[in-house]
Amino acid sequence: MEILVCVKRVPDTAENEFELNSAGNDLDRDDLVYSVNEWDNYAVEEAIQIVDKVGGNVTVVTVGDDESEEVLRREMAMGANNGILLNDDAFEGSDGKGIATILKAEVEKGNYDLILTGAQADEGAGQVGGMLAAMLDYPYASLVNKLEVDGESTIKVGREIEGGNQEMNEMDLPCVLSIQTGINEPRYVGIRGIRKVAKLDIPVKGAADLGLDASTVGEDGAKVKRLDYFVPDMGDGAEMLEGSTDEIIAQLIERIKSKGGLA
Amino acid sequence: MAELFAYIPHNAGIAEDIAMEYPEAAKKMDAGAALTAVVTGSGADLDKVANAMTDIYASVIKIDNEALAYPNAEVVRKALVNVLPADAIVLLPHNTLGMDLAPGLSIKMDAAFVADVVDIEGCDGKTLKVVRQELGGAVSTHVSCDVSTGAVVTVRGGSFAPVEGSAAGGAVVDKSADAGDLTAKRRFLEVVAAEVGDVDITKSDLLVSIGRGIEEEDNISVAQELAEAMGAVVSCSRPIVDAKWLEKSRQVGTSGQTVKPKVYMALGISGSFQHMGGVKGNPYIVAINKNPKAPIFQVADVGIVADILEFMPELTDAVSG
Amino acid sequence: MSPLIGPASFKFFGVFPAAVFSFVIPVVGVAFFAYIMARRLAPLVKAAPDNRLNDIPRRIKNLAVIWLAQYRQPRYRVAGICHIVIFAGFLILSIRSTSLVIIGLSDGFTLPGFDGALGSIYNFFKDYAATAVLIACIVAAYRRLVTKPSRYSVPEKYGKDHTAEAVFVLAIISTLMISESLFEATQVAAEEAAYGHGVFLAPLSLVWIFKKLVSGMSQGTLQGLHLLMYYIHDLTFFFFLCFLPMGKHFHVITSIFNVFFMRIKKGNIKPVKHGISEEELDELESFGVKRLEDFTWKHMLDFYSCADCGRCSDQCPANAVGRPLSPRFITIKARDLIFKNYPLSGEIYKSKLLVEDIYTEDEIWSCTTCGACEEECPLGIEYIDKMVDLRRGMVDEGMVPQSLQKPLKALEKRGNPYGMMEKKRADWTKEKEFAAQCDVKILEKGATADTLYFVDSISSYDDNIQEIARRTAKILTRAGVDFGILGKAEKDSANEVIRFGEEMLFQDLKAQNTEAILESGVKNIVTADPHAYNALKNDYRGLPPVKHISQLITEKIKSGALTLKHAIHPEKVYVYHDPCYLGRHNGVYEDPREALDAIEGLRRVEMEKSRDRSFCCGGGGLMLFYEPEEEVRMGVLRVNMAAEAGANVIVTACPFCLVNIQDGIKVAGKEGEIEAMDLTLLIEQHLA
Repeated sequence: MEILVCVKRVPDTAENEFELNSAGNDLDRDDLVYSVNEWDNYAVEEAIQIVDKVGGNVTVVTVGDDESEEVLRREMAMGANNGILLNDDAFEGSDGKGIATILKAEVEKGNYDLILTGAQADEGAGQVGGMLAAMLDYPYASLVNKLEVDGESTIKVGREIEGGNQEMNEMDLPCVLSIQTGINEPRYVGIRGIRKVAKLDIPVKGAADLGLDASTVGEDGAKVKRLDYFVPDMGDGAEMLEGSTDEIIAQLIERIKSKGGLA
Repeated sequence: MAELFAYIPHNAGIAEDIAMEYPEAAKKMDAGAALTAVVTGSGADLDKVANAMTDIYASVIKIDNEALAYPNAEVVRKALVNVLPADAIVLLPHNTLGMDLAPGLSIKMDAAFVADVVDIEGCDGKTLKVVRQELGGAVSTHVSCDVSTGAVVTVRGGSFAPVEGSAAGGAVVDKSADAGDLTAKRRFLEVVAAEVGDVDITKSDLLVSIGRGIEEEDNISVAQELAEAMGAVVSCSRPIVDAKWLEKSRQVGTSGQTVKPKVYMALGISGSFQHMGGVKGNPYIVAINKNPKAPIFQVADVGIVADILEFMPELTDAVSG
Repeated sequence: MSPLIGPASFKFFGVFPAAVFSFVIPVVGVAFFAYIMARRLAPLVKAAPDNRLNDIPRRIKNLAVIWLAQYRQPRYRVAGICHIVIFAGFLILSIRSTSLVIIGLSDGFTLPGFDGALGSIYNFFKDYAATAVLIACIVAAYRRLVTKPSRYSVPEKYGKDHTAEAVFVLAIISTLMISESLFEATQVAAEEAAYGHGVFLAPLSLVWIFKKLVSGMSQGTLQGLHLLMYYIHDLTFFFFLCFLPMGKHFHVITSIFNVFFMRIKKGNIKPVKHGISEEELDELESFGVKRLEDFTWKHMLDFYSCADCGRCSDQCPANAVGRPLSPRFITIKARDLIFKNYPLSGEIYKSKLLVEDIYTEDEIWSCTTCGACEEECPLGIEYIDKMVDLRRGMVDEGMVPQSLQKPLKALEKRGNPYGMMEKKRADWTKEKEFAAQCDVKILEKGATADTLYFVDSISSYDDNIQEIARRTAKILTRAGVDFGILGKAEKDSANEVIRFGEEMLFQDLKAQNTEAILESGVKNIVTADPHAYNALKNDYRGLPPVKHISQLITEKIKSGALTLKHAIHPEKVYVYHDPCYLGRHNGVYEDPREALDAIEGLRRVEMEKSRDRSFCCGGGGLMLFYEPEEEVRMGVLRVNMAAEAGANVIVTACPFCLVNIQDGIKVAGKEGEIEAMDLTLLIEQHLA
């Protein structure tokens, strides 16, 4: 089975404390550390396990800058066979649809049976997989937490739905799946693993290589644009609720509701 | 301003809470906009939810088809694409169905897509300005969205004030005939129910997390009652697991689970470094502790000095009452 | 001239010379033995290299103390004494056994020099030796069959009970003792009957008793018994020789080598591959031990040498709390695998991944590297390096539990396992009250100091443990030490990173720390974290001398630079818990105790398990992140031990010990009864 996994280099949420820059309109990026989007590791692990079982190849692809090569290498150290970097100044500022458009062009250059993405990335939209599938007219399932390759032309896919339940589906191949954490236990990749794949060739492709009209991607093609970053004012330490128990409870419930904790 | 539609998710004829929140979101886009509810499904359940929606929405579109009995995103998408106007602005929930359905829908409608919206600043007819969160909620962003050829917007539950049950007196329009061909390359098989006791605290938006302040194993049930009343899940700090009062899968901390709820209620938890290391995504932290000097109050958003064993039952009563 | 015909001259049925047997038995026995040994050597030849010829004087000393003098044996009293008796008996009787073999070919043979007074003295002692060995065997058999100490039992998951093998060997040894003694007794009895007197026999020895029993028997009976005993002894002797390499009694042969080649340096971890420098690591195809043949030859020799005594597992804290690890079976399973894959005849089997074949991943991650097993082993078998090598193999294969992947990734990105920002590493100095009293220099932008205080990650970032850092800084200030910290240039010492098998990450962190330390120009390093102390002292190279704060405190008390008040709580009873990386791995047992005892009026007791038998509190560094399966926490057991000793304050000198013991107190429900504190806190409170 030929599997393409779309990955992304993101600021690591576990290792960073996010602060705004002095101008207050962007993240203070000086001290940020980046890594592979957590969900993508599960997608790559799943792809490797499938290929270990039924044979084939795993290719990892990312749309990004020069530094994104690092995440491709990490996934190749996990066991992905090939890496492809889609890098072009024209891609900068792409919205979700722009990224999906670029990936679609690359998918059409290959012959993939299965395309995996992480369930979401740093922006938390979880959009590219579904868009890519729709552009390709492939079936799509999001939040996949179980995957059984049982036939030549179909696969069985479990999705995580509300209440911890699992929705089982049968899907025609080729298809696009976005992978949820917990589907497997991604293997560890250390510095040594990355050094071992340091010399492998990773082709870099731009808009022209992919036959893309630059106006359909990047800033020009984007209908959705991030205007700024901000941190809602939280203040220092806890706001202490005082008064009678009833008053405290009333205030507390109101706050929990406003934060989406209570319906 | 294009027409606004709200897709109503429902379970066995009962609309999900988001149905009450769309009107506020729509109002924030355009105070005068007409909002049409769209319900898909089959048979009596569909009629039930469609009729219920007439109390809230002036206009309700229903699409009835055997293939829509279970909301298979691919089938729903086909129906919506065929029924809705090309430049529609469609609101969907940012839940497991919305995440499955919305991105592809935006492509098929050739519309802009903006996901997981927590606030809306307005829309001038061409550009919609919304608030989103990134990086697991660590930062917020303002996002602009060109809606001139339509838009698909998923809305985070609980972000918009629900409308009070009004009698909008709306009418149901049956557009089942327009749904078109609903065969799909993805076929729903079944729902496998979660195993009892197999709770995944990492997926819960509201955690009632208990620590040593619970004092005795018998008091765990007090926390469980509170969690049940709040629709939350009980998690805990390490000593509770060590004491074998709760299973390991419920432990929050660097040696336990990393959780990313919206609201984290730390009850009788001192807030050790190891414990708080497992609380990510900048949730709203409620701390309740007897000790006014407990470090948890430093990291919490709101604090209450109280004995949780006395406080929890009262809160349970207030929430269920 | 003896009235009995010896085996060399006897002819069966008057024609067939018995000497043929006397010749054939040893020749066949030795041939078999040589063949078996050659097969047993095969895996060692294929094994990884190891340099064990350094520091020969130390090795000879180990041989004298640990092998010959059996120094570690009496740590387990009864078994130890039995073993010493049997071991000494074997040494003494080896001479007799050699001459007995030749007696089968030449009647009345005595070894050169043993025909006079020396021979008589030797015979006197060897008679008692045989007697003592037999008694020891009986005691040992009684223990195996009746007393059944729990450390000998084999949990179901590790296979069948080993009692039969042990008792069988005791029976063989007893047979040797009895047949040898009867062989001699019949001769002496016959001489007495013929001449009215025989040679002098050691009173109450086995021969002496047997002679009493057989005297009065007819000449013919004595003759028959004499020969029978000779050949029973001869056959048993050579059978035993060939049986030794089949099981746990292989140690009879290998122990001398194993002790000679045992590890000499403490605290450090073996290189990934001997003979490969750190710069060449990238060229290695594979890391660590994945298959049997990846072990070093010394580690294979360890497997052969295990006497299955169970002392390692009896001391192992992981075993005590029900983690899926028992060091004894790490060895026994590997030994059995060698026996299976390298059979005495036929083809050698291709080995599989050890963690899938005989070990489990959790088993290998369960070790806290406390070193209690190695400290106890009477044969010098090592475990920590094997654990680390196995972990290196698992890390290389990506088999790392998710609970450890998080902190490892944070260490790679941020230089600490918590994923905290580098620039906040010195934030512990900014606490208001402390900052007002104590100004801690950060050695950057040209700032210099004599001494570097290496804080390490937990003391830098953990809210509770930061107090250790602050107290340490206060003590250093009061002692007049010109010190500074590295601040954001300091990375995790990575003591556990190397021990958890992430070699390249360790190399990376080590290089960063080494560069920062050397660049700071300090002349000394001090740390309050034994894990950092151990890593900097034993795993790093070319750094200024490193001291633990307890050493510096004691030194400064002695020099008068620090003076302490009378005990603030004379009513309390203090006990000192030895951190593994201060005590066992670095031999610092006395300094912390002296520091405590320097507080006048402070009452201090000792736990039964203290100093080199200290019981690990649960492990430090990455071990705090690992989620082991266990029935109880080590910290809880340790707190109970302190309570048994009558203490109500546990003083330790390690941040991880403090975390584990404080948790242990809570879980054990002993809050209010017992408290834990770091040495730095106690000393700082008592600064005069």
